[in-house]
Amino acid sequence: MNYSLGIDIGSTTVKTVLTKDGTVVYEKYERHLSQVRAKALEMIEEIRPMIAGERFSVAFSGSAGLGLAEASGIPFVQEVFATGEVVKRMEPDTSAVIELGGEDAKIIFFDGGTDERMNGSCAGGTGAFIDQMATLLDLDADEMDRLSLEHMKIYPIASRCGVFAKTDIQPLLNQGAKKEDVAASIYQAVVNQTIAGLAQGRKIRGKVLFLGGPLYYCRGLRERFKETLGLSDEEAIFPEYARYAVAMGAAIYAEKTGYETEIDALTAKIRESLTAVVSNRLPSLFENREEYDLFHERHAKADVARRAIESYEGEAYLGIDCGSTTTKMVLLSRDKEILFSYYNSNRGNPVEIVREQLGIIYGLCGDRIRIVGSAVTGYGEELIKHAFGVDLGVVETIAHYTAAKYFLPEVDFILDIGGQDIKCFRIRNGAIDSSMLNEACSSGCGSFIETFARSMGYEIDEFACLGLFSPAPVNLGSRCTVFMNSSVKQSQRDGATVEDISAGLSVSVVKNAIYKVIRAGSADELGEHIVVQGGTFYNDAVLRSFELELGREVIRPAIAGLMGAYGAALYSMRLTNSTLLSSNELREFHHTSTAAICRGCTNHCHLTVNTFTGGKKFISGNQCQKGLGLEKAAEEIPNLHEFKRSYLTGLSSRQPKTVTRGTVGLPLSLGMYELLPLWHGIFSSLGFSVKISKMSSKQTYERGQFSIPSDTACYPAKIMHGHIEELVAEGVDAIFYPCLSYNIDEKHSDNHYNCPVVAYYSELLRGNMDSLSSVKFLYPYLNINSRRELCRGLLSALSELCPELSAKEIRRAVRRGFAQYGEYMASIRREGERSLAWARKNGRRIMILAGRPYHADAEIGHGIDKLATSLGFCVVSEDSVCHLAEPAPVRVLNQWTYHARLYRAARYASEHADTELVQLVSFGCGVDAITTDEVRSILEQNGKFYTQIKIDEITNLGAVRIRLRSLIGALEQ
Amino acid sequence: MGKKKEKTYISFTEEMQKDYTVLVPNMLPMHFTLIAKVFRNFGLRAELLETQGQHIKETGLKYVHNDTCYPAILVIGQFIDALQSGKYDPHKTALILFQTGGGCRASNYINLLRKALEKAGYGYVPVISMSLAGLEDHPGFHMGVKMVHRLMYAVLYGDLLMLLRNQCRPYELRRGESEKLALAWTDRLAKEMDAGAKISYKKVQENYRKIISDFEAIPRAEQKRVRVGVVGEIFVKYSPLGNNNLEDFLVKEGAEVTVPGLLDFCLYCVYNNMMDTEKLGRNKVQYPIWKTAYRFFTKKQNDLIEVIRECSDFDPPTPFAHTVSLIEGYIGIGAKMGEGWLLTAEMLELADKGIKNIVCTQPFGCLPNHICGKGMMRPIKERNPDINIVAIDYDAGATAVNQENRIKLMLANHSD
Repeated sequence: MNYSLGIDIGSTTVKTVLTKDGTVVYEKYERHLSQVRAKALEMIEEIRPMIAGERFSVAFSGSAGLGLAEASGIPFVQEVFATGEVVKRMEPDTSAVIELGGEDAKIIFFDGGTDERMNGSCAGGTGAFIDQMATLLDLDADEMDRLSLEHMKIYPIASRCGVFAKTDIQPLLNQGAKKEDVAASIYQAVVNQTIAGLAQGRKIRGKVLFLGGPLYYCRGLRERFKETLGLSDEEAIFPEYARYAVAMGAAIYAEKTGYETEIDALTAKIRESLTAVVSNRLPSLFENREEYDLFHERHAKADVARRAIESYEGEAYLGIDCGSTTTKMVLLSRDKEILFSYYNSNRGNPVEIVREQLGIIYGLCGDRIRIVGSAVTGYGEELIKHAFGVDLGVVETIAHYTAAKYFLPEVDFILDIGGQDIKCFRIRNGAIDSSMLNEACSSGCGSFIETFARSMGYEIDEFACLGLFSPAPVNLGSRCTVFMNSSVKQSQRDGATVEDISAGLSVSVVKNAIYKVIRAGSADELGEHIVVQGGTFYNDAVLRSFELELGREVIRPAIAGLMGAYGAALYSMRLTNSTLLSSNELREFHHTSTAAICRGCTNHCHLTVNTFTGGKKFISGNQCQKGLGLEKAAEEIPNLHEFKRSYLTGLSSRQPKTVTRGTVGLPLSLGMYELLPLWHGIFSSLGFSVKISKMSSKQTYERGQFSIPSDTACYPAKIMHGHIEELVAEGVDAIFYPCLSYNIDEKHSDNHYNCPVVAYYSELLRGNMDSLSSVKFLYPYLNINSRRELCRGLLSALSELCPELSAKEIRRAVRRGFAQYGEYMASIRREGERSLAWARKNGRRIMILAGRPYHADAEIGHGIDKLATSLGFCVVSEDSVCHLAEPAPVRVLNQWTYHARLYRAARYASEHADTELVQLVSFGCGVDAITTDEVRSILEQNGKFYTQIKIDEITNLGAVRIRLRSLIGALEQ
Repeated sequence: MGKKKEKTYISFTEEMQKDYTVLVPNMLPMHFTLIAKVFRNFGLRAELLETQGQHIKETGLKYVHNDTCYPAILVIGQFIDALQSGKYDPHKTALILFQTGGGCRASNYINLLRKALEKAGYGYVPVISMSLAGLEDHPGFHMGVKMVHRLMYAVLYGDLLMLLRNQCRPYELRRGESEKLALAWTDRLAKEMDAGAKISYKKVQENYRKIISDFEAIPRAEQKRVRVGVVGEIFVKYSPLGNNNLEDFLVKEGAEVTVPGLLDFCLYCVYNNMMDTEKLGRNKVQYPIWKTAYRFFTKKQNDLIEVIRECSDFDPPTPFAHTVSLIEGYIGIGAKMGEGWLLTAEMLELADKGIKNIVCTQPFGCLPNHICGKGMMRPIKERNPDINIVAIDYDAGATAVNQENRIKLMLANHSD
């Protein structure tokens, strides 16, 4: 008898498979809750009766199995390789395997050359991601699966990273989208991520085997995969052993290693490895119990007066903070005593929570207490305001400052760490001086610890307490959640306990907040009088870590989690009469939400239409005001981005009188966004019909996403693939996007490069897009700063397309192109000046919505320009005003044409009181890591606010709206 | 280029040269030991930073924008860590950084370093920009022809030692012998450089021979191992600090490691300047200088290759001209930011040599690598079906376990 044991230890589970003469005789699947070694031992012990006294082969596999194998000297097989072994034995005619694990996603191709792909350092689209999303929906994995099967529609959700997905999902939930639809959309996001991120252009077809836990459990996910890949029942195989495939593969592999052992020797080896040395630890949070008690006592002092609601009579004020994951409510007496408070997860349905709690409040108030003022703040501000007739909407920053001031009048710095956002603001001279929000990263936030706690089988409170007395917290560094997952994995491998991990996570949260979001070099940069708040600071371990990291004491109000609501209530004390729904009206209250698609423009925003009692409607999800049928006024305000869009798309109608040379397609993204008039002019002068790809939309991206080889490139680059697909489908004769190391020299910078992506993206397109083989793709390296060189370069680049082309024709065309380009740039400057004059005449604030030329794109810019005009800003672009300021001295190598304009635009904003600069930054833009700090310092040196908005595939305008309103709030103070 | 503008940095003056310690970052241990020696020859009290450890990265994260590339975080972290260590008098210390002046954000490291220094309270510490493009003005540091000439030998020696050590190490019968020999030679060459006012090329070639025969003499096992090539962004490709000791890991996993030499990168920079003129008609004035430099350097490389061929069975470097020719049909010679086309070329060069297993290293979010690394893998695989490439991201937060897991996958799947 030949026994073979395969043990697969992944990031969340242990799987064991025992085979006897090649047949599976035992299998087991369990979560290890980070107790990797203990769990492995326990599961091996369970097999003892079957193999006691036998010699058998054994091998480990899986990411957490690696450490154990190394420490114990037992053979290890890489998990993808193990999967390959299974396929060879069980389903030899398989053409591809898709396997999703806790934090890994893999595709193995078998037909036409074996090729194995694993997700990179990003864990988006994996089991951990699904778990995280289920937590967000307040569902367990089974419920989520069940609901998903009843979906009616799919929303676009980014799954590259849990963080982005959350920013997509949260507004959907807050706006009342159905959980069924959201659940299915999450699965669809996983499918898209797997296909786009891993297959990278290689077609998945034939017989496909689906393996791994998530694909075994989630029927909804299977359905999404099958449908998206267009597989028949015969082609899509979901085997019974899906969860055990890797362990099975390890068992098969073990047979071949020749390594044999017996059970006592095996367990002894694993037990011995328990003492493995542990590296990279931090000092404990508290020396001893006494130190903790003192700490506890000190913080208990920061409290507010409370009063039993039953004993109060008279006027009261209601504050609501409808946050991203939690809803908070506070009822205050005239004397600012708390009569009632509520803090809980909004369970994906804040409207219902508020209705329920408001009912309770009315019950408690009876006829004695009358609510005369109410205010709401937070993500769900608009929705709640409309639903319940709340008097005031308050920007979060103002609400929090109002509350913090109550505890510490001289407060100069507030840090709020909530469910998934970090907000911090500096206060100078009694006004909010600058504010920062975490943009694309939520690793420093509460839901991050919570998700970890749950994945290890703890409730958050219990988990947090565990960390307080850890002797050696693990050092997890300060980085994104995704990386944090793997750091935790590594520490598990090194034998860290749950206590150490809990404490380590608290420290990380703090480090992320300080070094990543605030980006402070030292504690002194924050301020002297610091108030910390937000639900996450209820966690004593986080609070302690923060004080230790700063080396100073801070104030944590006892109502740390209620500060937004408390501030809103304080804010509403200026009122004397409230429009809040009365007790009777509340009883009648009902709310439904339906999904719709706006047909106002080509953006086709996904709208959520909330209908309240009496048919009152609130529409959300819109990028502009159009779908709402509301005020038209916003459209009159000048908007340079809109101007550029219509100018560029308008070039389509300028065609040569007679087309003599076929059609050239120009893809409208990246560098084409500015040089379009040049190339358009050249080609139409040469007698080509010029086909410009359409303004981008989400569909453009989706159309090309499957050929993107590097998913961490910026969105403007990735969307390029869709533009190419569109032009190919249009049947153009050639597509032109040249490689330009150097952009136009505008003579105000050290050099005039393009960024590497803008410069060479064609090379990547050529190498990765199959569709380009059916068309001529021209991407010559050109020098556009010398007309002679440009003519020479073009002549040789076009020789194949039109061999008869003469030097004279080219020269004329180049002249014409430059004339058209010059005209375009001049018109931008003219329009810039006109806009500034208009704003000043009409008393409007001016916003330089600065970035790169391609940020004017409707999809890439996500309509932020329109949002800004709807808030009353006159919007200009960096290239429309930079000529009005002298080049600013900068402390960086000013070597990119586009970026040099940013510095000058910042200088312009610095010199004008009525002008603000908001910088758009594409996620993944390496160059902007340099420009943002510089633009910030130019502005701040001159006492201006710096606002940065990071944009990606995400369309969470809610957060952007808060940013811009905070800016307005700060300006008005 | 080179417009007059307000000078925003502190120059390294002639007075400073007398008593300032100049800290040199360490990208490649052997090369940079020799490079530091060259600086000493020219009157600089140069000292090579050899610090390691977790705290370097953390110091870097504290003072540099976290989205900046990982090499910047490490290099700057290492500098500031050194200044804070108490080992040097910050008022008598200067730093030196290499600057290519290319379109990649790496050209901005020096400015990021200055900002970080200011943030850390060392705003007064001068930073010397060492650059062939002459981007800044430092009277106390002049990179003349003589220095370049010497630096070239430091690079050539370094490349040779690295090449031989890598080819011996997996096979050595006495563990650690190859490494020890490489270090001993580094020491010896450094001393020679210290002493001799002039370098005679004859002597250099003699040294080549001696080095080669010393390595030949190391007793080695016969059995062939899997050959794995390492390419990528220059810092994480070479620096053990940047790549979590990648070479050691690969050797431990039973592989023979090949890393293309540093001279190739220098030649690449020179060649790009030539191409700017030849292909785009730019900078015609400087062209003859670059052309001469190119001829001179390639000649030296070819001489070295010749010596290796002549007196050993070791696998010599690929002649640069051949490396360049390999990219035909893959990527344009104009793609010159970061490692640019050289990255693609090095993958092809390895394949050309029969090394089919390749680790392509890059800092997370490295812009040129989107195109020249990850973007070229598909076409390379299409035309070289037996090639086995894995892309590994390095980052302050990336953990060794994930990186190693991927490398193990590559090794499990290796083609010989």
